[in-house]
Amino acid sequence: MICNPVRPYLAIFTARFLMMVQYRAAALAGIATQFWFGAIMVMALSAFYMGGRGSVSMTRAEAITYIWLGQAFLGLLPWNVDPEIVLLMRTGNVAYERVRPINTYFYWLVRAMAWRTGATLLRSIPLLIVTSVLFEFIGLGDWSLRPPPSLEALALFVLSMVAVVFLSSAITTLLNISVVWTISDQGINIFTNSLVIILSGMVIPLPLFPDWAHPVLFVQPLAGLVDIPYRIYFANLSGAKALGSIALQIFWTAALIVLGHLLMARTMRRVQIQGG
Amino acid sequence: MNGLCLYGCYAAASIKSQMQYPASFVLLSIGQFLSTIVEFIGIWALFGRFQGLGGWTLSQVALFYGTVNISFALADMISRGFDVFGPVFVKTGEFDRLLLRPRSTPLQLLGHELRLTRMGRLLQGALVLGTAVGLLDLSWGLREVALLLFAIAGGVAFFLGLVILQATLAFWTVESLEVANTLTYGGVAAAQYPIEIYSEWLRKFFTFVAPLACVAYFPIVGILGLNDPLGAPQWFLSASPLSGFLFLGAALLIWRLGERHYTSTGS
Amino acid sequence: MPQIAVQDLSKTYRVAERQRGLMGAARGLFSRAHRDIEALKCVSFSLEEGELVGVIGPNGAGKSTLLKILCGILEPSSGHCEVDGLVPWNERILHVARIGVVFGQRTQLWWDLPVIDSFELLRAIYRVPEAKFRPTAEALINLLKIDQLLHQPVRQLSLGQRMRCDIVAAMLHSPSILFLDEPTIGLDANSKLALREFIKSLNRDRGVTVILATHDMHDIEALAERVLIVGNGRILRDGPIAEMRAQTSGERRLVVDFSEDVGEVVMEGTTILRRTARRIEFAFDPRVTAAHTLIGRLTAAHGIEDLSIEEPTIEELIATFYTSHDAVEA
Repeated sequence: MICNPVRPYLAIFTARFLMMVQYRAAALAGIATQFWFGAIMVMALSAFYMGGRGSVSMTRAEAITYIWLGQAFLGLLPWNVDPEIVLLMRTGNVAYERVRPINTYFYWLVRAMAWRTGATLLRSIPLLIVTSVLFEFIGLGDWSLRPPPSLEALALFVLSMVAVVFLSSAITTLLNISVVWTISDQGINIFTNSLVIILSGMVIPLPLFPDWAHPVLFVQPLAGLVDIPYRIYFANLSGAKALGSIALQIFWTAALIVLGHLLMARTMRRVQIQGG
Repeated sequence: MNGLCLYGCYAAASIKSQMQYPASFVLLSIGQFLSTIVEFIGIWALFGRFQGLGGWTLSQVALFYGTVNISFALADMISRGFDVFGPVFVKTGEFDRLLLRPRSTPLQLLGHELRLTRMGRLLQGALVLGTAVGLLDLSWGLREVALLLFAIAGGVAFFLGLVILQATLAFWTVESLEVANTLTYGGVAAAQYPIEIYSEWLRKFFTFVAPLACVAYFPIVGILGLNDPLGAPQWFLSASPLSGFLFLGAALLIWRLGERHYTSTGS
Repeated sequence: MPQIAVQDLSKTYRVAERQRGLMGAARGLFSRAHRDIEALKCVSFSLEEGELVGVIGPNGAGKSTLLKILCGILEPSSGHCEVDGLVPWNERILHVARIGVVFGQRTQLWWDLPVIDSFELLRAIYRVPEAKFRPTAEALINLLKIDQLLHQPVRQLSLGQRMRCDIVAAMLHSPSILFLDEPTIGLDANSKLALREFIKSLNRDRGVTVILATHDMHDIEALAERVLIVGNGRILRDGPIAEMRAQTSGERRLVVDFSEDVGEVVMEGTTILRRTARRIEFAFDPRVTAAHTLIGRLTAAHGIEDLSIEEPTIEELIATFYTSHDAVEA
């Protein structure tokens, strides 16, 4: 059968995805929180735009759209270790991961994908609807999420978001692998949290950082999580530039997958030495 | 032995307990420091880009930022008992043990744990505040220092009140509702800027409902020696941190109600 | 003047009924069906200072509810209760300063700290003056033999060791009443015996009123002079242990496994409780028919594989009291 090699991965994905989607109460609380944080950032940023001087490569409307998209897709950020993996480590069941007749690295990668996308789906849809459509209706159009300026921008955006899922999962899997070495996830989580939110563009959009920092900021792997897709969305990056940025996302994803794959073999050997 | 003395005993016990894992403590504190200072880096970058925020300079904003971070860090350090109240005390029935001791339950919950790792945020806030004070050309007399301490104390009271309110929910519902995180972290994110930049309804909310502005914005404006652009009278600027204490008082009253409910319906 | 006076104490819990299914959950948003559970029904008794009383009854009988009300952490639905002149739930802080409570299987000590640190914290909490604390603590530590354990963190102690430390902890502020809720549960035989000795000497030598709630009949027999049997929210029996013993010694069970299928086996002075093809359970009164007589008669008449003699369980005893009191649930 053609789909045989894919079938186990599909099953893993579906199971974890459905589980994440069931956390309704948590999702509702999460939506309210994210909405609130987004609103504060939008208000603060608006105040900066209106009061300040300086030259900006992004308009106020674009910055606002950037922030709302960031909140909507917050679940995709690879800022923490999968609690399931932490549990596996603590109980020692991680040894069983090798028993399954599939490649361990890709097993973990697919799991990470399901986890991140499952966590995002429930929160993104209401947030997207409220901040775009609802805001226009109740007269807050000034602060709303604007639609992409062209179909081309939208298409490229979708492509870029697919790349985000893979990139985020690759980073997440690396984090999960590192937990096998450190046992506790507390230390990792708190460091990756800071790194991810600032370098991806979640604290402030990357273009608003000083100009001298741009060359490094736009090229580092985390830019592909937030900055690249959203700037493609409102055509700040368009045409060849957009395609180049997507290529950058794919490059980093591939690099991290290769790295993760290499590390996985080493890591699983360590598990066996430790006795699992 | 009065309450403060007892709290000292609790704190000493908690510190001793945490010091059994010194590496973890240092790591988490550093991590906390980093994850909070990224916020200020963002503000710094924005000032670099826009050269101003509606008439406020970076050093002035740093005063707001530093004060509210210090207040929240202190409140965060002492409020773990309330944070985990639902799952650790109500669900397990451990709250019964607190009721069996001849002390008020809020005091015992404050003594549950002193989260030293929150020092990371505290240090970061103090650093920003200290730098701002150094850069600003202000006259620092007794009045200014007293007002700053009053503001910080009021801030601690306010944030503590928020956490107590969330914990009180656990008396009625088994589900843990994480609403307070939105309010506390969201409050810090909002108050790190002068609330003057926000729209009117939000300013009113932060002044009369959740008096965040009263423990950060107004007293700092008073310290800066400015006339409040929003038109608040001078006496209000100096007295406003009181609202934080009033808020805490209200939260404690509601807590009493919750406790009454617990003892009359059983667990 | 009794130390504890309880009059017509009742407690009804209102439990919300969960509706089933999606429609039920939706309906549940608007109206909630409730179920009333009467945990205590008009309970009355009184206790003098220095008594050692056992409270026994099966799960759900109302023991915990009664204990919680006496401790002041639960309010009754109706009735009166006074402990040392105070109404427990109205004057919680004053009241709990005078009592000590130990829950079996649950410790009040701080998990990560050495035992002695927990004791110091409790001294601060209960405001025990230094001059009084030292001798009290020393005496208790010696009595319960925990001096070797003082510097170990609580998490490293065995259950038996922890129980002893918990009893010391509960007595550090010299309460006049000690409540014990299942203190011997989960302990090995030796620890149980030791613990019972400690409790007895606390009561006998220091005059502490002890209220012991338990499942374990042996605890009661070893310690209590008086026993309260609680069943279905009521006190079924309140009297000296000797009377209770007389009641229970009035019945024994003989379980016999025959080596082949037996038909009707009639033994004088017995009632047959249960029977299968090869096993019969007889009930008999050992004061009327001695066990050895019965066994002798049986072995003479039939081939016996195995046999055992049992006492009725506490649940069966209570069921007996229950039916004998004609208390039938509506």
